[in-house]
Amino acid sequence: MNITRDFYITLLSGAFVFLLLSAVPLVVDGYGLSLSIGLANYTILATAWALFSGPTRYISLATVAFYGIGVYTVAVLGEHLPWVLVMVIGVANGVILALIVGLSTLRLAGIYFVIFTFGLTEFIRQIVIWYEVNISGSLGRYVFLEITQEQIYWQLLALMAALFATAFLITRSRLGFALRIIGGDETVAKHMGIDTTRVKLGLFVLSTMFMTIAGIIMAPRWTYIDPSIAFNPQISFQVLVMALLGGMKRFWGPLLGVIPLFMLFEYLNANFPNHFLLLLGIIFMMIVYVLPNGVSGLLERINIPDRVKFWKKQTGGVTP
Amino acid sequence: MFTDALLSGLTMGGMYALIAMGLTLQYGVSRIMNLAYGEFVIGASFIAYVLFVSIGINPLLSLLIIAPLSFAISWLVYRVLLTPLVNRAKTPEALEIDSILSTFGLLFILQGIMLIFFGGNYTSYTYLNVPVDLLGTIIAANKLIVLGFATVIGVSFYLFLVKTRTGTAMRAVAVDPVAAGLVAIDVRWAATLAFALGGVLATTGGVLVSMFLTFNANIGVVFTMKALIVVIMGGAGNVMGAMIAGLVLGLAEAFVATYIDPGLTIASTYAIFLTILLFKPQGIFGRAAS
Repeated sequence: MNITRDFYITLLSGAFVFLLLSAVPLVVDGYGLSLSIGLANYTILATAWALFSGPTRYISLATVAFYGIGVYTVAVLGEHLPWVLVMVIGVANGVILALIVGLSTLRLAGIYFVIFTFGLTEFIRQIVIWYEVNISGSLGRYVFLEITQEQIYWQLLALMAALFATAFLITRSRLGFALRIIGGDETVAKHMGIDTTRVKLGLFVLSTMFMTIAGIIMAPRWTYIDPSIAFNPQISFQVLVMALLGGMKRFWGPLLGVIPLFMLFEYLNANFPNHFLLLLGIIFMMIVYVLPNGVSGLLERINIPDRVKFWKKQTGGVTP
Repeated sequence: MFTDALLSGLTMGGMYALIAMGLTLQYGVSRIMNLAYGEFVIGASFIAYVLFVSIGINPLLSLLIIAPLSFAISWLVYRVLLTPLVNRAKTPEALEIDSILSTFGLLFILQGIMLIFFGGNYTSYTYLNVPVDLLGTIIAANKLIVLGFATVIGVSFYLFLVKTRTGTAMRAVAVDPVAAGLVAIDVRWAATLAFALGGVLATTGGVLVSMFLTFNANIGVVFTMKALIVVIMGGAGNVMGAMIAGLVLGLAEAFVATYIDPGLTIASTYAIFLTILLFKPQGIFGRAAS
């Protein structure tokens, strides 16, 4: 009874928050709106990243590969096809890429996945550049679409709501349970009859789908798109840092990293553009050494009752 | 055209083999997946450049300064930055993830420092760029020297690992760290030594790279990427495998650039990588899947 009631309370309060957020464009100015769009975008990317990488511990360095696929689909088709159709094709492209990456790496140890995604963005960028230079004959593309900033924001918000709902439902489903077991010990999961490769692949496709759609929605913000804008590896790295700082044990964890770091990166980029990379590296190291479980992990550790702490000490980390 | 492609493929392949040998030592013996590896390569290129342009020290002589320096720095990196992670990790997988994240941060720090000092522009210097006639094709003397040096250093490292007691100890740790400890090998010492020697190989490769290629502060990740591909192709921790796979990669790139399209070299690298992952993930010369 209690669990069901909690479920509805969470859903209702979530819906209420999103309703409030959708009123933001009515009260803020242009700069505020552009900040909100950036925040919403990074929240989606970091949450989608953690949706897959959190439970499986497969670290993806290729967020922007999927995001860029979305952006580029709009760049190529945006002016020729209706918006909904562009979205469908963009998502299909993303899913195909995710299947290729997932099928070739996810049945192997995590290290192969990391290495593969490490170079994937560069590889796709090279292919797109090669195609644009040799076959279509121009490197950049101009996209003029009649989509306002407000509409971009509302689309992102809807996507964010869908993502949070998905993440929330997964944690409560059989799939979520299977994922926790895989995260704990993959061999055990296999022996319990969980098809680990299929679970991981399904989750990877789902997570990258949100990244691709975010790229599709964001694309009309630039009127000029070229491969180095669409496939900027910095985006992948920033998403990774944000999700790490927030912590990945809870679906809302990354949000706690996105808000402070997005603001910090905005500030650093504006004031110390030459030192940005160095500072990013220092933040990265600090998180790995000082906050290995992120802010949400820290909050949880503070909130754990003494009884559980005692048990953890007695059993070496295993909670009853 | 064929001998052209062959020679430049062998030179690049020799470089890749040398650089990947260091990474395979660091990953195989120390169990650290060092994503900042390419930054060590390019860092050495920049130091060689500065020494050559400002004081006029011959890049091959500067190796005498750079190699011990990088040994000391890598030793410190392992002891100060990575040992806490080794101690903290409960499982090998946890160490893998932690070391990836930590060296990823190191990558940004090193790259950020190089960007502050040298900017993002391509840098190069001219050293021994005189044409030599070899087998009917013209090749620059510096490339021949690079090829010769890579061969000598690579082979002597291989012999060190196979013939000496220290080398055997390091290979034993690569096979099984627990069992190595049982036969009185100081595993921590072997891991640190392997990491430091890996750093020496990286910077040696970097000095050689600076003699015949243009480079910039952002290009380190390309070397990391290619070294990783070579390590996977050759089988993690397998030095002979890394040497052969490095040559294969260099030759494949050179022939694709000559006969198909120079813009597709990275794509060809990736095609090789993908094929290996699909059919032989333990590497061409790997024995058993991990």
